[in-house]
Amino acid sequence: MRRRLRIAALLGVVAAFVGWGLLGANRGWTKTSVARTVHDSVTELDGVVYDSRFVPGVDLLAGAMLLCAGVWGVSGRLGKR
Amino acid sequence: MVKQALIFGWLLCGAAAFGGSQNFDFKDPKGVNNVVFKTDAPLESINGTATEVSGAVQFDPADPGAVKGKLMVAAASLHVPNPLMKEHLQGPMWLDVAKYPSITFEVVSAAKVVTKENSTTAEVTGNLTIKDVTKKVTVPVKFTYLEGKLKDRVPSLKGDLLVLRGKFAVKRSDFGINAGKGEDKVADEIELTLSLAGQSPR
Repeated sequence: MRRRLRIAALLGVVAAFVGWGLLGANRGWTKTSVARTVHDSVTELDGVVYDSRFVPGVDLLAGAMLLCAGVWGVSGRLGKR
Repeated sequence: MVKQALIFGWLLCGAAAFGGSQNFDFKDPKGVNNVVFKTDAPLESINGTATEVSGAVQFDPADPGAVKGKLMVAAASLHVPNPLMKEHLQGPMWLDVAKYPSITFEVVSAAKVVTKENSTTAEVTGNLTIKDVTKKVTVPVKFTYLEGKLKDRVPSLKGDLLVLRGKFAVKRSDFGINAGKGEDKVADEIELTLSLAGQSPR
């Protein structure tokens, strides 16, 4: 059981890093919208439009790490089986 | 008598065609108008945008220094990409948009007016009101008068466009926005960048 939990914790760490990286490796807070610039050729102004998109930030990454650390910690209290 | 009436009529037409202040409506049908706000605090840099701009500016291309007008930004249109941050920004601790739904700027005067071709730079002084607190601020702006260009933007309309660009900073503490608190994450100084276009149909 301990071994299984530790493997799950390690896989969780890898999955969190891979997911965070694939979704943009955002080093800021988690976003639910992303700014896009639109150019108006008549006025030469640049407008800002927000597209709905989920981009996990370091807050979610840290949360996933804590969860995995918790699972690892629980595994330490279990016997070797 | 007939001759006098004709001259008067001609003068009136001439005044309408070549002079006088035009009213530019800044409610943008294209949705491009925006005000970008930025704070750069030691722990965090925050960028956001307000898009719901309305109001009108009276601008005379022959006398840009006589500019007048009032612009409004819907406080609820202030957006940051993080949903929790947006909730805080619009909540009672910060902008309290439910109680103070509008941010306004009313032009009082213009100075250092320099016009080159269709562009005018000026220092516009006006009353900025945020959360019911009004402060006089001076904003360096650039007006670009685009005569007859409205149809290029809105094909069903004929008229002129007025583009307004400006960049300035305000202190949130001056407007009672969570003054003196959280300055490690939200700087006291907020940088504002205006990118606005108004239209004057004929």
